[in-house]
Amino acid sequence: MSRSSAVGNEYVTVMIGSQMFGIAIDVVNEIFKPERLTRVPLSHPDIAGVLNLRGRIVTMIDCRRRLGIAAPQETHDYMAVGVERDGDHYGLLFDGAGEVLRFTQEQIEAPPVNLDPHWKNVSKGVFRMESGLLVLLDVNILLDFGRKAAA
Amino acid sequence: MDELLRDFLTESGESLTVIDAEMVKLEVDPNNRDVLQKIFRLVHTIKGTCGFIGLPRLEKVAHAAENVLGKFRDGVIPVSPGSVTLIFESLDRIKEILSGIEQAETELQGDDSELIERLGVLAASDGESAESIEAILFQSAPAVDLQQEALSPEPSPSVDVPVSPSSAATGTPASAAQAAAAPKAGEASLANQSIRVNVDVIEQLIVMVSELVLTRNQLLEMVRHTNDSEFKVPLQRLSNVTAELQESVMKTRMQPIGNAWAKLPRIVRDLGTELGKKIELQMHGAETELDRQVLELIKDPLTHMVRNSADHGLETPGDRKAAGKPEQGTINLRAFHEGGHILVEIADDGRGLPLEKIKAKALANGIVTEGELARMSEAQVQRFIFHAGLSTAQKVTNVSGRGVGMDVVRSNIELIGGSIDLKSREGHGTTFTIKIPLTMAIISALIVGVSDMRFAIPQICVRELVRASAGSDTKIERINRTSVLRLRDRLLPLVRLSEVLGVSGAEGEGAQEAYIVVAQAAGQTFGIVVDTVFDTGEIVVKPVCSVLKDIPVFSGNTILGDGSVIMILDPNGVAAAVSGEVATRSASEEALGALVGGSEPKQSLLLFRAGSAEPKAVLLGAVTRLEMVDAQKIERSDGRHVLQYRGTLMPVVTSLAGSLRDEGPQPILVFSEGEHTVGVAVDEILDIVDATLKFELSAAGSGIIGTSVIQGRATEVVDIAYHVSEVFRSWFTARPVNRVRPNVLLVDDSPFFRTMIAPLLMAAGYDVTEAGNAELALKLMGEGKSFDVIVSDIGMPGMDGRQFAAAVKRDPGWRATPVVGLAADSDGSDPGVFDALTQKFDREGLIQTINGFVHSQERAA
Repeated sequence: MSRSSAVGNEYVTVMIGSQMFGIAIDVVNEIFKPERLTRVPLSHPDIAGVLNLRGRIVTMIDCRRRLGIAAPQETHDYMAVGVERDGDHYGLLFDGAGEVLRFTQEQIEAPPVNLDPHWKNVSKGVFRMESGLLVLLDVNILLDFGRKAAA
Repeated sequence: MDELLRDFLTESGESLTVIDAEMVKLEVDPNNRDVLQKIFRLVHTIKGTCGFIGLPRLEKVAHAAENVLGKFRDGVIPVSPGSVTLIFESLDRIKEILSGIEQAETELQGDDSELIERLGVLAASDGESAESIEAILFQSAPAVDLQQEALSPEPSPSVDVPVSPSSAATGTPASAAQAAAAPKAGEASLANQSIRVNVDVIEQLIVMVSELVLTRNQLLEMVRHTNDSEFKVPLQRLSNVTAELQESVMKTRMQPIGNAWAKLPRIVRDLGTELGKKIELQMHGAETELDRQVLELIKDPLTHMVRNSADHGLETPGDRKAAGKPEQGTINLRAFHEGGHILVEIADDGRGLPLEKIKAKALANGIVTEGELARMSEAQVQRFIFHAGLSTAQKVTNVSGRGVGMDVVRSNIELIGGSIDLKSREGHGTTFTIKIPLTMAIISALIVGVSDMRFAIPQICVRELVRASAGSDTKIERINRTSVLRLRDRLLPLVRLSEVLGVSGAEGEGAQEAYIVVAQAAGQTFGIVVDTVFDTGEIVVKPVCSVLKDIPVFSGNTILGDGSVIMILDPNGVAAAVSGEVATRSASEEALGALVGGSEPKQSLLLFRAGSAEPKAVLLGAVTRLEMVDAQKIERSDGRHVLQYRGTLMPVVTSLAGSLRDEGPQPILVFSEGEHTVGVAVDEILDIVDATLKFELSAAGSGIIGTSVIQGRATEVVDIAYHVSEVFRSWFTARPVNRVRPNVLLVDDSPFFRTMIAPLLMAAGYDVTEAGNAELALKLMGEGKSFDVIVSDIGMPGMDGRQFAAAVKRDPGWRATPVVGLAADSDGSDPGVFDALTQKFDREGLIQTINGFVHSQERAA
């Protein structure tokens, strides 16, 4: 990724409620509007279900739940960020997806020490914007459902 | 052409190409040991293989060349242009012989002695001076002529030209090359006809075609709903092309099943000799093709089963003669297609499965109880041979009975989504039928619905579909909390898919109609209750993502024609849920399960002390939770102990422990029965163990199911239902009675059972009259007494239960009174003269049955 190191890293911004998050663009395959979600009984509560995205089966993660953010008052449309991990396709459900931001490593600060431990765990850093703070998400940790250590 | 020979030719052709290239490298860089090693290995392989498949001429040449290469490798003779040429010459000869084989399917005649001699001389030269090498080189000059000589006097008239284009290309003289090229121009040589493709590429192709099939299905679905026929014709064309493409791509993975049979004639012959039997192996349908992957996986099970047939199935010639059969036994292997599956039959005309031996063995190994056996059909008993740890061979022969049994065969076959069944008649032979999917990528499945969700059940596990409704003959019945279906001659355990999946389904308690998918998996037949059944269809199995892999009831997921994703149920996982559910029922039933040899040989037990020093046990599944409470928090109210627990008052039973502690922590086992929660005080919680419960029924003390040896100590297994019902009884009796309590006549010769059942009935709100035998009961009839329900044991001395019930039905006064039979295991499941039948140990079932009768009488009144 010589391009990104030269001009800084690019992040897709996503929203949950009023909180903005950033996901490194090089792990994002696509942004799509989830349709025809199928629930999977007995699965982890953070798994919203599975759906068909152009012939691929994508496992959808309820990021609101995953990050422990209270459910919104009213139902609304979701946006999903498609990522790939270990050959599996995942869709991360957010309230909305915004623009692509670019900033250098220097502009990213470590997560504040008093941040919720769960958030601190999945956060790679914080970027200060004029409109608010952007929490950078580590997708790998977000998708780690406590699998047994690959010994 | 023989498959083996074909493979050999393809492989050798590839090896020779590599050797050619490597030899050139070697000539440039004579000291490169890696290259030398590689060449040596390849030539060695060719030599070894042709020795194996019986090609002596080729073997000799390769062997001589290998010798020289070995000397190169060991540094005994130097690599010189002369010696390399000689090796090339031998390689050409090998190719020439190979191409002869390719056309004639056998080695052609030819004289290689001169070449071999020169190779021998070189090998024996032991690093002599350059002159001798040169001499050999010089000698090699007329080699071309020799080669031609070897070609021209071709003895085999069936083959015009034994030289293929490939050998011509490597520098055979023009005349030979032309001669070779002319008649064979239109026909590529075999080595070129088949190519090796990485399996990954084929897998990728299959995935892509699967996607195409799905997209096609989606399009068809869309067009079906519109009357606009504009797309119909091109779509039909697309559909056909897709189908053909799918077939072709599937073919790339297809191999004839004969490949898995190739070794069998030899195995059977050797077995026959070893066992002194005359065996004929007949094979039909060897050309039936199936997926390469599937083929690999059924190879071993098939071999094992044929061995079994030869060893156990067929008798010795003497025995056969005595039985009036021909001396020679026959094993018939048959493969054929049937509806997207391959059926393989392995039939022998031997002695058949020995039913009695299987029964004895199953009993001895604790797989089943006598009572259960008595109720089983012959076919069910025979299927025990698929059970782990049951080899019917009385002695372990060299051939079978090594512990790898039919259970392994079964699980291997089920692993690939197949199933196995058998038919056997003692004295006439056994037929095994294996049903395997053509391919593992596409399966046919039944789509069912629960609540608002759809699931796919692999068709291969589905035996039949039953529609059950309250009014019809096929209705869901309940024994305790277990649902069963009376299906023809037997009871089918049912599992509600909504319960297995933890979703709310419409097929709940009150549902009038439900569909039951009768499935067979993991050695058991059971019914899966679903709300709706949609249709069947071909689905493409896609593996589930890693975060969903741990859910045992799903084996994959798929995309339906309408584009939505559904989960594919794993019938084996559901089967596990069936037995799992049974194992977590109420305490009494679970103990019963252990008594009649339930499917779980081991039970999880909670060991504790209460009242005495000896450990007591209770089935862990029955315990809702363990609590440690401050003894002073337990209050006394109206002569009973209660505890404020989770916002309600929970009664605490002290009948086990005798007394409560005055202070300090008091261990309590919490049980939930319906909406009620009861605490049982104990002295000390010891351990949780897995143990096999083999106990004798305790006849003396009530509240104890029996005594079992657990961890080397005699341990009383406590009947928690008894202690809990004691509390409920006091609740019931404390409640003001505002109507006449219905009365029940209990007829049983065993005082033990009377004392066990009577309190239970009283607890359920009935007045109970006991009678020790049928005669006494009939005497009550003579006295003009009347009852709401009569409960009678079946097995009684003197007049038995059935005779008694018949007598009741003859009496004009008592005729209308329902009679419930208390069945022991051996009494079968036919109610006959009784109005209903419940199992003796099934208290809840009994209560529910009585309730049912009493309520219907109330409604009628």
